[in-house]
Amino acid sequence: MEDARHTHRISLTVNGAPVEAEIEDRLHLGDFLRREAKLTGTHLGCEHGVCGACTVMVDGQAVRSCLMLAVQARGREVTTVEGLAAADGTLSPLQEAFREHHALQCGFCTPGMLTSLTAFLRDNKAPTDREVREAISGNICRCTGYQPIVAAALAAAGASEGEG
Amino acid sequence: MGVRYFGAEVRRVEDARLVTGNGRYVDDIELPGMLEAAIVRSTEAHARIRSIDADAARALPGVHAVFTLDDFPPEYRDRPMVQPYPAPVLLQPTTQYPLARDEVCYVGQGIAIAVAETRHIAEDAAGLVRVDYEPLPAVVDCREAAKGGATLAHADSPDNVVARLRVAFGEADAAFADAAHVFEERFLQHRGGCHAMECRGVIAEDRPHHGGLTIISATQCPYLVRRNVAAYLGRDEGRVRVVAPDVGGGFGPKAGVYAEEIVVPLAASALGRPVKWIEDRREHFVTTNTQRDQEWTLEAAVDAAGRLLGVRGRVIHDNGAYVPYGLLLPMTSLTPLPGPYAVPVLDVGMDVVFTNTAPNSPIRGAGRPNAAFAMERLIARIARELGLDQAEVRRRNYVPADGFPYDTGQKFRDGSPIKYDSGDFEGCLDKVVELADYAGFAERQKAARADGRYLGIGVSSCIEDTGVGPYEGATVRVQPDGKVLIQTGAASQGQGHETMLAQVCADRLDVALDDIYVMAADTGAFPQGVGTIGSRVAVNASTAVFDAADSVRDKALSLAAERLEASVEDLEVEDGVIGVAGVPEMTVTYGELARQLAPMAGGPLPKGFAPGLEATSYRTSDGMPTASGSNIAEVEVDIGTGEVRVLRYSVAHDCGNMINPMMVDGQIVGGVVHGIGNALFERLVYDAAGQPLNNNYGEYLLPIATEMPPIEITHQMTPSPLNPLGIKGAGEGGTIPATSAIVAAIENALEPFGVVIRSYPVSPEELCDLIDAGKT
Repeated sequence: MEDARHTHRISLTVNGAPVEAEIEDRLHLGDFLRREAKLTGTHLGCEHGVCGACTVMVDGQAVRSCLMLAVQARGREVTTVEGLAAADGTLSPLQEAFREHHALQCGFCTPGMLTSLTAFLRDNKAPTDREVREAISGNICRCTGYQPIVAAALAAAGASEGEG
Repeated sequence: MGVRYFGAEVRRVEDARLVTGNGRYVDDIELPGMLEAAIVRSTEAHARIRSIDADAARALPGVHAVFTLDDFPPEYRDRPMVQPYPAPVLLQPTTQYPLARDEVCYVGQGIAIAVAETRHIAEDAAGLVRVDYEPLPAVVDCREAAKGGATLAHADSPDNVVARLRVAFGEADAAFADAAHVFEERFLQHRGGCHAMECRGVIAEDRPHHGGLTIISATQCPYLVRRNVAAYLGRDEGRVRVVAPDVGGGFGPKAGVYAEEIVVPLAASALGRPVKWIEDRREHFVTTNTQRDQEWTLEAAVDAAGRLLGVRGRVIHDNGAYVPYGLLLPMTSLTPLPGPYAVPVLDVGMDVVFTNTAPNSPIRGAGRPNAAFAMERLIARIARELGLDQAEVRRRNYVPADGFPYDTGQKFRDGSPIKYDSGDFEGCLDKVVELADYAGFAERQKAARADGRYLGIGVSSCIEDTGVGPYEGATVRVQPDGKVLIQTGAASQGQGHETMLAQVCADRLDVALDDIYVMAADTGAFPQGVGTIGSRVAVNASTAVFDAADSVRDKALSLAAERLEASVEDLEVEDGVIGVAGVPEMTVTYGELARQLAPMAGGPLPKGFAPGLEATSYRTSDGMPTASGSNIAEVEVDIGTGEVRVLRYSVAHDCGNMINPMMVDGQIVGGVVHGIGNALFERLVYDAAGQPLNNNYGEYLLPIATEMPPIEITHQMTPSPLNPLGIKGAGEGGTIPATSAIVAAIENALEPFGVVIRSYPVSPEELCDLIDAGKT
């Protein structure tokens, strides 16, 4: 069992701030963010890569943090749900739209929905309903039935258009 | 009272923290010195445990302890968990031991708990525990379990029968003798797991000299957990505090009491350190209560016009390996059976049986979706046999709009009649028929068929008995700064209770919503509560808030009248400021009155006033408001592949007055999608030996965004006469009729092949078989 507890020293950027830690090589990125970086906004829903709750952005790409080892994030830039609002706390247009459209109930899948859609909307300025549904087809929500999440994403796409 | 917030689509106060990653769920909480646990679980569906070897696990660096039942104090050796809902009709109220004693009865049953510095080490340790099993034969199919001489799910029990229930009124023999038609049907229903996105989780800390035991749990019912755990551990309830923090979905199974809520405290007590256990998804599949199979065999007696004269039959209910939740799930399958229909005669029995599978308790809707499916399928059969339209056959059978309150013929446990308080079922149907363009469907279907496409439409109606009592409580307290604190026992798992309760309070006190803060679900902060089940919190807790706020307002006005030397009738309140009508300078704020009522040492208390600008109400139930609805699903079936696409879904829903229509719609859409999942996707598969086969989201399918139709909702508001707000519960009315609506639409699409669906979830393979059978 000792072998499973080999450690490595890694440094990376999380939400713009440098983070350095000595970690076990088996630690996945989601556990790293929650346990080492103390950012508990990233939620673990299935830990087998299907539910999408743990989604974060790594170098801008939406990634399931339960399927990526923390050591693989060495030198990368990671953005979590805690990094989506502006430094002064102003919510992103997507976060605002989630509130406006009742796109969350229990809030557990919400961080993964927000990170997935933030990456998607950056690359898709005027998506269709269908495209938004495809974009979150790897994120499971048991509360909302998805419809208000899609509405929020479509509204945010319109709202952030001007900001490029 | 100026209504400002009641009925408004107010943005939720919860969301600011939840969209920024600032929610605080069980796993987000770290206590000083906290250890983490993993549980060794049975790999056998049924076996005797010969021995458990935990030596290697205990020797692992970083491991603090590995406990089996024998490693806890000896009094627990012969103490199974306490039945939370005892009932005289429970023939075998069997609960499990917190850790298995000598027999395991389902895969996943806890056998030992490993406690270590980190979860990773705890899992390593759990993996090193060796359990020597003597396998016993397992029974998995409830229909087999119900037979005489069946394999026993518990080796030492006389049979597999948990209880035999019966709901009966009227003269069944006469009704069937007089009937123009008698139709028999058999259905197999399966509802799957709850799959809240947050799994369960428990943290326990025992500080014998400082308050006692604290349990932080992802539970729907902290007061039930307190009652049950205190009873099990032999502790004073006042020294057991249970806290539910942010909880990531509940959907029913989190309302129960689980072995981990006892085992983790026992481990924490033994070690003198806080201990955390977080369920992983695989554990959720096998240990969180599920809602598995029911077989319904029913006969309907029908007159020549298609009106139901009576229903009789038998149900077999799979309760899994234990009875974790009394008979609440089986009972909610039987009592709501008549649904929106005037059924003069009913005689249905139910055998509740053990199988060697995960224990069962209610999931969203409890047994109501099953009851609705059974009744709706009978109605569909009548329509088919008599050549009646789906909507028309329902109109002929509904309780009429002028028939309320409607006595169903059934009785509560105390002998009082079960009544529907109010409603207009046909009115609801009219609304959904219009919303779904039901009249235009024949054209759409015809056009599609000309293209070789098979469209179908399905109608489904339901009632939901909501707001089960006996009470929920709330304290409303104006604080010295004028802000208002609401404390209540009612726990939230995402429904938006903070917003809802604040809306009711804000209107009653005439204060701004932003000036209200809600603290809930902490037994240390509010003394008594019941819990969040059965669409009951709006009905019970918001009326308690309404009453308490009313008392606070009365008290404030009495004191203000003295201070302002005016009569109460001349006072008005706006945004927390009480003034005298027509005299703008004469004002006093709630905050000033609160300070006057809470002086420090030696300060004067106004004569005749009790301290504190606060009031507590335990609102007791005046009966259960009946919500109702009719849904229409439109589907397309690919007859080559069996794929079902839900094209559109329309809902007419009646939950009386709505506190926050945005949140009601949220409940309905989410509920409908759950029901669509039940219809098309969600099946927990066990093999004949009781091994679960699909414990992951690759193989157990949940509804995802791409598969869901646009869902349109319209409301009918028939206020409940049973509470001052005229409200009814709304948490499950989306789920209850949905499965039946989808199945009806599939049958309609496949009418040319004579397809009749008698079980769900409906897989593409099964549909292909039914289509093929219809072609020959």
